[in-house]
Amino acid sequence: MVSFWSGYALPTIIIILEVLAIIIPLLVAVAYLTYAERKVMAAMQLRQGPNIVGPFGLLQPMADGLKLLTKETIIPAGSNRALFLAAPMVTFLLSLVAWAVIPFGAGLVLSNINVGVLYLFAVSSLGVYGIIIAGWASNSKYAFLGGLRSAAQMVSYEVSIGLVIVSVLLCAGSLNLSRIVEAQHTIWFAVPLFPMFIVFFISGLAETNRAPFDLPEGESELVGGYNVEYSAMTFALFFLGEYANMILMSALTTILFLGGWLPPLGIPPLTWIPGPIWFFAKIAACLFVFIWVRATMPRYRYDQLMRLGWKIFLPFSLIWVLVTAGVLETFGWLPK
Amino acid sequence: MAFLDRTARGFFLSELVSGMALTFSYMFRPKVTLNYPHEKGPISPRFRGEHALRRYANGEERCIACKLCEAVCPAQAITIEAEPRDDGSRRTTRYDIDMTKCIYCGLCQEACPVDAIVEGPNFEFSTETREELFYNKQKLLDNGDRWEAEIAANLTADAPYR
Repeated sequence: MVSFWSGYALPTIIIILEVLAIIIPLLVAVAYLTYAERKVMAAMQLRQGPNIVGPFGLLQPMADGLKLLTKETIIPAGSNRALFLAAPMVTFLLSLVAWAVIPFGAGLVLSNINVGVLYLFAVSSLGVYGIIIAGWASNSKYAFLGGLRSAAQMVSYEVSIGLVIVSVLLCAGSLNLSRIVEAQHTIWFAVPLFPMFIVFFISGLAETNRAPFDLPEGESELVGGYNVEYSAMTFALFFLGEYANMILMSALTTILFLGGWLPPLGIPPLTWIPGPIWFFAKIAACLFVFIWVRATMPRYRYDQLMRLGWKIFLPFSLIWVLVTAGVLETFGWLPK
Repeated sequence: MAFLDRTARGFFLSELVSGMALTFSYMFRPKVTLNYPHEKGPISPRFRGEHALRRYANGEERCIACKLCEAVCPAQAITIEAEPRDDGSRRTTRYDIDMTKCIYCGLCQEACPVDAIVEGPNFEFSTETREELFYNKQKLLDNGDRWEAEIAANLTADAPYR
């Protein structure tokens, strides 16, 4: 009985609590990311933004959530019912699952696996399934075209993201995310690998289907893209998934290029601030750029999007991987 | 040279950067939108909003049932019936405006010889049913009582230009 309790039940409870400690703040962050997006975009477009619900409109995300919860879930008659309901769950789950390996600070990670980068890469690739299933199961031409576009786009940009990650791995010498962050102790990878940082960020925009690469939900031609047939909670799950993916992509940018939980300089006033706060501040900065880009750029045309992915980013990141490897090898800087 | 210039600009994303800088600078400019239900834009004294039938200061209604407004109304939204009152003065027994027909052209107030029918400054009179927009004499007189101060101020402000 003692062994059951200490060897099985207690670790399970601890894990569940740890998972909740990640997921609940994440969902709150998603809610306030939508608020931040509306406020920042409004400021850039000289508008007011939400300011009625609560002080400064701070309760707006709660009101929106409640509204979505109380609405009716409409399942189209021609849809594949099981898949139609499974798709949003897949999207949402995958956007949460990835957080298991993200290190929030030194040793502050749910599961410190040695192939963290590969795991993240695999999970983000699986994200395509939710979207393509949604597009197909809706049995609607708009949703179908949106799903196809989204799938093609995510697959294309994952290739260049993969090569960018390879160049980071060459510098870090590990697939473990905590070790990658620690490898940036002397200098953040964003400095020596600056072009790769830009390529990664732009690919991240495309990967999360954000403006200017939000073709899958191009309102002007596809109405709403793959989620056009969804309503109420099923739609909310897609929405949460999309925004959680944005936060995840920002976290990944932070870990790979902006030194994770490390302060910009290892000098006293900066080192007094705890690591997780640095980490969150960097994520917030990345998310701000996400929103800023959305307020600035018009949407790409689809062929331009594919051209950018395959004809510019892919060769560019490939060459940069070779350059990085060559430089590291020539000067003997390869990590042990 | 032009080719080099263009390529370099594309390569270093200078257009992207300048565009982003522009949106960033806009973030700190004053907002141009009004916080509508709490804050309203200025309206002219000639603003043609919801109709009202006015009274004289002693409470006597101004309208003398001349039916000029009914005649001039291009949308034929006004219906008037009249007969002499007990004291011999000519008054309306019915004065209806179908606000769903009205085009807010202001010809009724131009036609009125006694400034009885006017279009006031109120523009927030939406209703939940169609029937509520069929105004009768009582509703119009009530509007007049409610908006008299604003209407009178607007008429004096506009008088020099008439």
